[in-house]
Amino acid sequence: MLKIQNLHVSIHGKEILKGINLEVKRGEVHAIMGPNGTGKSTLASVIAGKEIFDVTEGTITYKDKNIFDLSIEDRAREGIFIGFQYPVEIPGVSITNFMRTALNEIRTYRGLEPLGAAQFLRLMEEKKKIVELHSKLSERSVNEGFSGGEKKKNEIFQMAVLEPELAILDETDSGLDIDALRVVANGVNQLRSPENSTVVITHYQRLLDYIVPDVVHILFDGKIVKSGPKELAMELEEKGYDWIKSEYEQSKLIGK
Amino acid sequence: MERFNQTIEKLYREMIQIGSLQIPCRELRDQGMALFREKGIPHGKMEKWRHKAIDTLLLKPDQPFKPYLIQTEPSPYQPIDQVFKCEIKNIGTISYHLLNGWYVHQNKPLDVWENGVIVGSINAAYQQFPELVKKYFNQLNPEKQDGLIALNQALFTDGVFIYVPDNVVVETPIQIVSLVDTLQKLMIQHHHLVIVGKNSQLSLVHCNDSVHEENSFINNILEINLEANAQLHYYKMENKDAQSILVNNTFVNQAADSRFTSNMITFNCGYVRNSLEVHLNEEGADANLYGLYLVDRKQYIDNQVNVIHHVPHCTSNQIYKGIADDEAGANFSGHIYVAKDAQQTAAYQINRNIALTDEAKITTRPFLEIYADDVKCSHGATIGQLDENAMFYLRTRGICLRNARMLLMFAFANEIANLVLIEKLRERLNDMIKRRLSGELTICDQCMMNCADKENLIYDIDTTRLRS
Repeated sequence: MLKIQNLHVSIHGKEILKGINLEVKRGEVHAIMGPNGTGKSTLASVIAGKEIFDVTEGTITYKDKNIFDLSIEDRAREGIFIGFQYPVEIPGVSITNFMRTALNEIRTYRGLEPLGAAQFLRLMEEKKKIVELHSKLSERSVNEGFSGGEKKKNEIFQMAVLEPELAILDETDSGLDIDALRVVANGVNQLRSPENSTVVITHYQRLLDYIVPDVVHILFDGKIVKSGPKELAMELEEKGYDWIKSEYEQSKLIGK
Repeated sequence: MERFNQTIEKLYREMIQIGSLQIPCRELRDQGMALFREKGIPHGKMEKWRHKAIDTLLLKPDQPFKPYLIQTEPSPYQPIDQVFKCEIKNIGTISYHLLNGWYVHQNKPLDVWENGVIVGSINAAYQQFPELVKKYFNQLNPEKQDGLIALNQALFTDGVFIYVPDNVVVETPIQIVSLVDTLQKLMIQHHHLVIVGKNSQLSLVHCNDSVHEENSFINNILEINLEANAQLHYYKMENKDAQSILVNNTFVNQAADSRFTSNMITFNCGYVRNSLEVHLNEEGADANLYGLYLVDRKQYIDNQVNVIHHVPHCTSNQIYKGIADDEAGANFSGHIYVAKDAQQTAAYQINRNIALTDEAKITTRPFLEIYADDVKCSHGATIGQLDENAMFYLRTRGICLRNARMLLMFAFANEIANLVLIEKLRERLNDMIKRRLSGELTICDQCMMNCADKENLIYDIDTTRLRS
């Protein structure tokens, strides 16, 4: 479904991703772990289409399409969803209006009829339950005045409404207490299916107790330095990132 | 300049000839003309006019030269709905019309309601209730004002007079519609007067619309007087075509505990200047002044707000917001004056602007002049673009660039429209904002010959579900 080959990305001339290779198949859940500042969020932003990054080398294909040929909105309409680490506050735009516009644009792109107001409101009520959202969303602006936990719940809520095929969740666990973490993880799990793929970006193993990955990748210094089954996350938790760091330095020396 | 002044002299001679018949105020005209000769039309070197000089617009050389004309008597009567129909269905107002400078009436130049409310032509009111009109009419210190006030005094034709006696709550809003329907180059000077008595309440919707017009110049004066504990909601709608020059001079006098709320909304215009001067004359008076302007192409909108706190314990709050697209221009000048003894004043001002292009020119000038030492005053002014992070976020959810811009602009403008208390008007405004922002609303929208070039919205954004 998603295939990244030799991806090099820089910002203001500074190289952040230095040759990423990653393949996510339909139905799989991948976790990308790594210490701060190694390029995890950059990877998510590049897939989303953030324009401040320069892709200097490599390819990303999604459902066999070159992702760089698709506009930001077309990536979403093709079924990619990014759960952001820091969701933006948009005063004055209600969540209802936002989601209805988004869903109907996506539906139209896929050749489906737009949903009417009543149908849409029913859908909203149904999806709110997935992340245990209780507030009246029609009266609230997107993320405005939301607590950290509410913002993350709202991301998963949007994911539930838009039903993506590939969800990339960037640090969805950061800023969450244990209860909120469970709610958010439950939400993600309810949306899992053999048709959909999920990439979870995190630097704690904690989230992976709830969202169990098929593959774990460790991103370090702009590259995926290690991949393995879910046990790799446990090992990492135990030994810490220093372990990866020293292994990486050694391999670098051997390489030379 | 010479030719323009000659035109004014000629128009003045025409007006004083009919003056004895229509308007019993020859003296006013003479004073006005003398003042105008002294002051002339305002020019770009004057502080309050430096953003966009009106003299260059008025003196713009026509080829061949076409002087301004004044229609010296009302148009022959025809039912107003043959000229104009308000697009707001069931707006629920009682409307009064002005056409080409004159109050339109079939038989009654003055309407006296059962509850004592009087609405009608200012000329007729002057004849029937001279004491009442004289007490309030032209109390705006013309010597201290610019030449356009003097010009209006010299040449005014007609206006609407509204009197609400003490202790009357007018449930149904009154609507004034000023129409210009002519193929001539008309100069129009209205002078309106509104008096709201003690403990009384009124909502007034004032629309300036064009039906057919060619290079008209409209120079209005509106005087508003609120007696103790009176309330007035004043809604000003402007949707004019690109050739028109419209200047509104609004003067408000507020007595103790009165509350004035204004909402100045400009969608399309050639050149519009809304000058609003509010005097808080007695303790407890409260003024809420809101404005919204959405301009594009070469349109220009200037809002001049002047709030004068003469006495202690008054409050004022200004919120003006605007979006300028293409090469349009907008200016906001907000002056708050707090007199030496006006302690415990609370005066706030906010002006927020979005410039959509590099060519759009926006200026904002907060000006606080405070002589009292125990006051709460604040101001904030911003000129910016749409929030790029918000745009990106909306697009990552599948929303196209155009609709993402629409959602953000709508949210921005909606804040002001939601302060409108007349439900039908608010709904209509939100709809107009939506269409205005999507480039669908043009001046033609108002008239029955709907020739607007309508580009369909890709997706309908449901405005009723927006946050209030």
